[in-house]
Amino acid sequence: MTAPPTYDAVVVGGGVHGCTLALFLARGGMRVALIERGPLCREASGVNAGTLTMQMTRVALIPYALRAHRMWATAREWLGHDVGVVVCDGLSLAFTEREAEILSFRAGKRREAGAPIDLVSPARAKAIEPGLSDHPILAGFCPVDGYASAYLTGLAFRRALVEAGATLFENAEATGVEPCAGGYAVRVADGRAIAGARLALCGGVWLEPMCAWLGVRLPVKVLVNQLAVTERTPPVMRSVVGVASGLLSLKQFANGTTVIGGGWQAVGDRDRGGFALRPEALIGNLRLACHAIPALRGARLARAWAGLEAETADAMPAVGELPGLPEAYVCGGVHSGYTSGPYIARLLAERMLGGEPDLPLFPVERLLAPAPEAAGASPRVPAGADAPEGDPAR
Amino acid sequence: MTAAAPPLRAEAAVIGAGPAGATAAAVLARAGVSTVLIDEAAAPGGRVWRAPPDVLRARAGGPELAEGDALRARVAGAGAQLLAGAVVWSVTELGGRFRIDVMTDGGMTDHGPRVIEARLLLVATGALERVSPFPGWTTPGVIGLAAATILLKSQRMAPGRRLVVAGAGPLLAAVAAGALKAGAEVVAVADLNGAADWARAAPALAGRPALAARGAGWVAAMLRAGVRPGFRTGVRAAHGDMRLEAVELGPVDAEGAPVAGAPTRRVACDALAVGHGLAPATEITRLLRAAHVFDRARGGWLPETDDACRTSAPRLYAAGDGAGVLGAAAALAAGERAAAAMLADLGRGPAPRPAPGASRAARFGAAMGRLSRQRPAATAAIAPGTVVCRCEDVTRAEIDAAFDAGATDLNQLKHFTRCGMGPCQGRVCGDAAAELLALRLAGRGGVDAARRAVGQWTGRAPLRPVPLDALIGAFDYADIPVPDPAPL
Ligand SMILES: Cc1cc2nc3c(=O)[nH]c(=O)nc-3n(C[C@H](O)[C@H](O)[C@H](O)COP(=O)(O)OP(=O)(O)OC[C@H]3O[C@@H](n4cnc5c(N)ncnc54)[C@H](O)[C@@H]3O)c2cc1C
Repeated sequence: MTAPPTYDAVVVGGGVHGCTLALFLARGGMRVALIERGPLCREASGVNAGTLTMQMTRVALIPYALRAHRMWATAREWLGHDVGVVVCDGLSLAFTEREAEILSFRAGKRREAGAPIDLVSPARAKAIEPGLSDHPILAGFCPVDGYASAYLTGLAFRRALVEAGATLFENAEATGVEPCAGGYAVRVADGRAIAGARLALCGGVWLEPMCAWLGVRLPVKVLVNQLAVTERTPPVMRSVVGVASGLLSLKQFANGTTVIGGGWQAVGDRDRGGFALRPEALIGNLRLACHAIPALRGARLARAWAGLEAETADAMPAVGELPGLPEAYVCGGVHSGYTSGPYIARLLAERMLGGEPDLPLFPVERLLAPAPEAAGASPRVPAGADAPEGDPAR
Repeated sequence: MTAAAPPLRAEAAVIGAGPAGATAAAVLARAGVSTVLIDEAAAPGGRVWRAPPDVLRARAGGPELAEGDALRARVAGAGAQLLAGAVVWSVTELGGRFRIDVMTDGGMTDHGPRVIEARLLLVATGALERVSPFPGWTTPGVIGLAAATILLKSQRMAPGRRLVVAGAGPLLAAVAAGALKAGAEVVAVADLNGAADWARAAPALAGRPALAARGAGWVAAMLRAGVRPGFRTGVRAAHGDMRLEAVELGPVDAEGAPVAGAPTRRVACDALAVGHGLAPATEITRLLRAAHVFDRARGGWLPETDDACRTSAPRLYAAGDGAGVLGAAAALAAGERAAAAMLADLGRGPAPRPAPGASRAARFGAAMGRLSRQRPAATAAIAPGTVVCRCEDVTRAEIDAAFDAGATDLNQLKHFTRCGMGPCQGRVCGDAAAELLALRLAGRGGVDAARRAVGQWTGRAPLRPVPLDALIGAFDYADIPVPDPAPL
């Protein structure tokens, strides 16, 4: 007879999803192992823009994002460590008639989903954000907005996980998984096998190769998001500012630096990471930023970088059990996943602990491609997961 | 909207117009390869042969001016296109071409952003000065030895009236002698090395009599002025609030660690020129993800190159101090070798001959490198409250705390503490911060093995801070190529 697995749960991938999941499983009384190829939260979850906003969140995720926002705002209580969360006003701007149309439609849909977004005049917007230029003709205003210092995520979760008694395997690359007696055994690059009664794959853009270990094809598209930060300057703005299309995110941190993002694409892939910037995209992004907040022109660019964000076929999360593989779960593909990640991963923890989550998970059947021999067919996407009808941006 | 200058297209681009880069560019251009040579300075020469402004030429003189002028004439005669006063802020490689983004400050006519595209790229960006942190090292009045040599060469100006010169390597005597010539009083010279250390370097020095003689001349000038070098002496602290007022000096052991309990000496001064050796400037080779190796004697981390200066990345070459600190003479030879390899790789020249063993120039450079190597024992002695990262105000104690909290590599340390996240991109603190982590991490393999595990900063653009205003220029909103909106 073989010994039962050492752990109640093995989580592979230590981004915001894997860390939150491991934390709540450990707090729920499970013996948990977290396996991470590098240090914790150094991929998407440590290099993202840290914006905690409803105005860039997908409509169907608004109920989750609102709850997640509350979690971030109270991170000191449940996480126990600081990630520099600031809750502040958020504005989404329209500079042209067409953008105003998109903004009105999108803000309306998000409001229906529960986000407290109001459309406001340029004058009102300028009262909310005195740093604004005179260019906006309409703005979406949401008091539930804010940001975190994403680079602190790994440190905060690491401390919390150690305190919760989770076993951390950092700098340990998982290379495969096999079902074993009573669960799953994860192989690590140094040859060890780490076995658990439950398995959770939280690999961000690497979810696709991780699922392949179990013969499951879950296509994940790799977005290579570019970000920039300025040197410290005197205050130029006090809220989170975006644009109707979602292609700008802008906020100034307490230390005076301003982070400029919005999902402009750099060059990279799963193997090499985000390895090259596109200077013309960077300049475009910076122009858009200065069009919104003109005082930024006086700043100097200090650093730019790129990180990898996962997108499933329908750009909706993959969170739930893998079909035919009992007690094997995935958690990822969450759009604006830094904002919503903690809440969504906590829902999965509730399910794995045997409870009934407050909001539904995101079953993955819809995303699975046929096995390699039947390749060629595209994944089945149910109509329900599509964007709302009538979006003028589409 | 102002029309952006069109991209400059060439077969080869060379970044850095010091001895290595300027030589290579001249050889390439002579062979008919269209070549763009890019440098921040107004003229070729690099740091070592920096061109003095015209008004000061008459007073400049000396062998370095002659060597620099010869190099400048060679570049001008060869027909390489020189882009001077151009700060490179981004280098990318896409579709078989390098794209180099620069900000020019030079001519009144082409001020602003510029793009250069080339198939082959030689990085010859030289070295950065390393300063091992001590209490008060950020006080105004404290400057690097390398910065002091630039002041002396380009302005004939000493960094202060009462100067202390401290640290390690040949720059010590050069700065002391130069400052004396510029009329300053040199109140103390503190050399981490002892007479025995210099004696060990003597055979390699003898192989380069001209350079050794130049060094002897500097020392003679010091002695004539009554300045005696203090051997095996280090800076314990710099004192002064708004301005430097005094420097505290004390004895160090053979490994550069302060001798515990030994008496220290307080020297009143208004300037301290201090440097603890040179490190290859690897920003661009890191940005392009070439493989790097750690070699303490050649300055620390450097791009891995074959003996023809090829890096591990296709069509990317590195030569000169930026590929391992060996000094100007070795850099000249490396420039020739790099150009030969580039010509061969373009199908325009014979395969480069394998380099003969280490040349005298290289042996000389290596001996100097050993004298100015980073010393783990000196780093280990940094006090907990001493600031290591001056941009972000991170102390040694905070770095130790980050290690205790689980940070085992340099980039993780950056996330935990912001060390290296400031405008200098970790250029100043990187070596000290990495060594501090490595000292904690070091196991049986020793500190060097731990340095390899700790790694280097991930390369990031911009390579130098760039003003947003200059970067984005004037534009119409409608012309911003905004991508398609994210899904709703
Ligand atoms: C540049 C950028 C900006 C962004 N800005 C925002 C924003 O402002 N607001 C917002 O809400 N969202 C933002 N996002 C999205 C957000 O960052 C991600 O949705 C979220 O962090 C994803 O978390 P994750 O845990 O799923 O993935 P990740 O953080 O990528 O974690 C996956 C982990 O799996 C590990 N792993 C992979 N393979 C293996 C293996 N074989 N063995 C062991 N471990 C492995 C990886 O090392 C990694 O740590 C941004 C994303 C990027 C890239």
